[in-house]
Amino acid sequence: MSSLFAFTLLGLFTGAAYAIMASGLVLTYTTTRVFNIAHGAFGMVLAFTFWDFTQRQGLPTVVSLILVLGVVAPAIGWFIQRFVTRGLGEGPVSVALVVTVGLLVGLIGLAQQIWKPQPRVLLPFYPETGWQLGDTYITAHQVITIVCSIIVALGLYLLLNRTRIGTAMRASVDNPDLLKLFGGRPDTVAALAWAIGMSLAALGGILLTPVVGLDYFSLTLLVINAYAAAMLGRLKSLPLTFAGAMGLGVLESWAVAYLPTDGFWSTIRPVIPALFLFAIVVIMPQAQLRIGQVKGIIAAPVPSMTRAAGSGGVLLAFAFVLISLVSRSDVLLIGVAATYAMVMLSLVLLTGYGGHVSLAQFTFAGVGALAYAKLDEPNLFGLAMAGLIAAGVGALVALPVLRLTGLYLALSTLAFAVLMDKMIFQAEYAFKFNGVLATERLSILGVRIGSDRSYVWFMVLSFVLMGLFLLWLRRGALGRLLIAMRDSPSGCGTLGLDLRWFRVGLFSLSAGMAGLAGGLFAGLRGTVGAADFLYFQSLLVLLLAVVFGVTSVTGAMLGGTALMLLPVWQSSAPSLAGLLFAVLGFGAVLLGRDPNGIANHLFKLGRLGTGRLLPQWEQQFRLRLDGLLKPGRPAPAHSIDRVDEAVTEPMTGPMNQGVS
Amino acid sequence: MGALLEVDDVVVKFGGVTAVNRANFTAERGQITGLIGPNGAGKTTCFNVITGLQRPTSGRVRYRDRDVSRWPVHKRAKHGIGRTFQRLEAFGSLSVRDNVRVAHDIHGGPLAWVRPSGRTSLEIDVLLDRVGIAEYADERADSVPTGTARLLELARALACNPQLLLLDEPSSGLDETETDAFGELLKDLAAEGAAILMVEHDMDLVMAVCDDIHVLDFGQIIASGTPAAVRTDPAVQRAYLGYAETDHEGDHTSEMGAVS
Repeated sequence: MSSLFAFTLLGLFTGAAYAIMASGLVLTYTTTRVFNIAHGAFGMVLAFTFWDFTQRQGLPTVVSLILVLGVVAPAIGWFIQRFVTRGLGEGPVSVALVVTVGLLVGLIGLAQQIWKPQPRVLLPFYPETGWQLGDTYITAHQVITIVCSIIVALGLYLLLNRTRIGTAMRASVDNPDLLKLFGGRPDTVAALAWAIGMSLAALGGILLTPVVGLDYFSLTLLVINAYAAAMLGRLKSLPLTFAGAMGLGVLESWAVAYLPTDGFWSTIRPVIPALFLFAIVVIMPQAQLRIGQVKGIIAAPVPSMTRAAGSGGVLLAFAFVLISLVSRSDVLLIGVAATYAMVMLSLVLLTGYGGHVSLAQFTFAGVGALAYAKLDEPNLFGLAMAGLIAAGVGALVALPVLRLTGLYLALSTLAFAVLMDKMIFQAEYAFKFNGVLATERLSILGVRIGSDRSYVWFMVLSFVLMGLFLLWLRRGALGRLLIAMRDSPSGCGTLGLDLRWFRVGLFSLSAGMAGLAGGLFAGLRGTVGAADFLYFQSLLVLLLAVVFGVTSVTGAMLGGTALMLLPVWQSSAPSLAGLLFAVLGFGAVLLGRDPNGIANHLFKLGRLGTGRLLPQWEQQFRLRLDGLLKPGRPAPAHSIDRVDEAVTEPMTGPMNQGVS
Repeated sequence: MGALLEVDDVVVKFGGVTAVNRANFTAERGQITGLIGPNGAGKTTCFNVITGLQRPTSGRVRYRDRDVSRWPVHKRAKHGIGRTFQRLEAFGSLSVRDNVRVAHDIHGGPLAWVRPSGRTSLEIDVLLDRVGIAEYADERADSVPTGTARLLELARALACNPQLLLLDEPSSGLDETETDAFGELLKDLAAEGAAILMVEHDMDLVMAVCDDIHVLDFGQIIASGTPAAVRTDPAVQRAYLGYAETDHEGDHTSEMGAVS
């Protein structure tokens, strides 16, 4: 019994630090509607900064603490709100997610660049001091953690309930526009929330460093713990968030105490936050459809099937020439690029067309690869099975969040990716811990594609076929439904579409496509292991897909190539490896607002090059002329005659009433 | 058999604000029923409750003699409840024609997706022509004027053959001629057997086409009856008609509630 008490107490200490971190997340999310996936990453960078101040610069602990929590963190928070996340809350959830994932990757890169990998120790506060309580030893650091969490809780309570700016913050949660009308300043409120949120991320990170280690990735992943805790309060209630954090801390502590330390059970501890999260998500009530959200989006043009088939043919011919010219290792790299490009195609379906974000797409590829690796003599049927299994797993991930909306689905995928990465892929029945599985090349109708060159060309062919399938889908009824669902879920619902199952189907199809890519990848490599499908890879896939254009097949092709080149560049200049991540991440922050990406600019350039803009101008000119000559005729929408409309409907565009 | 739609003692509270307070009204087959009241009276919230977008705090919605209060949005739509929105919910990235086609696709189910598109196209063109927006068929829905987009939402709802049609301020953005044509269209639809429930600020239109009118104020029905009876009701004049002409602000209470 006393050991139960001891472990519960220990859990509460960790939970207190989670609570501090989670309350920062809730504060920024409720006031600005931007869920900061990089919350843990900021905590990580600020913990490194604290280490830098205390260990490298040799500043006293108290001074460093004041500098980090009182100056650096709030300044970063203010900056990020002003220049990065401002206005994101009113847009589609997918954009906000991509931008903050960009921040996450960028911050990891930045940290790796500034603080090169080497063992670092951040000692707990007053490491020598502690007290014996019964048969439990309590350290000063633990007491400080719990005191900090109490101060944070009280401070936030007083701020939100007893001050003018706090009242404005709560008002901003309900309706920032209304707040502006009544003389409040939502921007100031948002900046303050982000400044405080960042300080809390820093404090949480610093307090947790002695527990999880000063590591780029573990501290970054604390966002899952914070998110899981915050979900208990539906990302709104601070008291419930504190309760969730404490509960999570205690669960983890009990897991350490009572679960076997070897075999399968030993892998559970790192994934408890993810499991905790799924449990909460399952019991959450149905989300209501919202009215007046996302409106029409300008997407990259959808080519006709003939044109697409023509481009596919050109690509195949080009790939054929390229594959026969380059060295063997480069041939394999082309295969890797094709894999990434196919996984990105699955994101074109999910994110580009459907407006949903998955942070686990490469994990689904891993599921496909695992299924493929288990086949004795893989043929097309086996490959299809690999895709189907990945699709089934995709459906399983989407099912618990069936009743919830985009943000929760996306965050659950991150938890799922971590779960697979740290537990399932390393299990005995999968790739095993640090292990690999040997894989065979694919056989078609009994003929094994033995040579690297033909296999890689087959992969390019698969990409082309998948791309054509996607475009065919987009041009048909399903494509229209996807766009309709992205533009107005409420509109679809009131026309009779069961959005929940439609979403599961979409997610499953997309996971299946990624699974196929994973199967082909496994065949290419000859051996695959858990290390090939780290969760972080899924974030990179998403970012590069968005940067190069997640609404077009061309974007997926370019993005896949770039992702293949990334480690090549990194290994050619190891000292700049982190910088490349930083450039990629922060580049996604800049480009994330336009999901059409670089590919769409290329399309525009192409049209400009072939002089197609000219006839368009000519057509517009004609329309205007027609309008002037026949004043009685109702105006075509894009002609200057819209002035007539402006008289009857002052100040309101046709579709932007939702944000007025 | 009772009325097609019966709203039974519905209460909706947002935090401390009571948006709808024990509302009771009905909509009959073949009739046009008006739901009017000052801004913030709770009209749109009532629509959201009927279509399932808003769960009532208490009370019931009965449709075709069944309690549908716990049905999800899509199930009510499948059973013939169609609506348009005050704040437009047209699919902005799609053309006007494709907006209606999506409604067709959803209504027909997966089997309709493989149906020859020629017949569907013809039906869609007939529908667009009927509501009077055929000339906009190939425009993107987010580029057409407000009035047209509202008619598009009507066409979209009609594509699902609704038995009960809820129209939320359908005539705003239409000019006088268009409004007249719209009024005739409503009468035709009602004559074909549909029950139409309409929130509308254009009193001339309401008085001209409605068979029955319910007046909401502060979430409560303060009067019900024929246009003539409602027009002369002193409670209505006090609460509504006196300043209806000048009030053009947004429907704050109900909208905020619906969004939050």
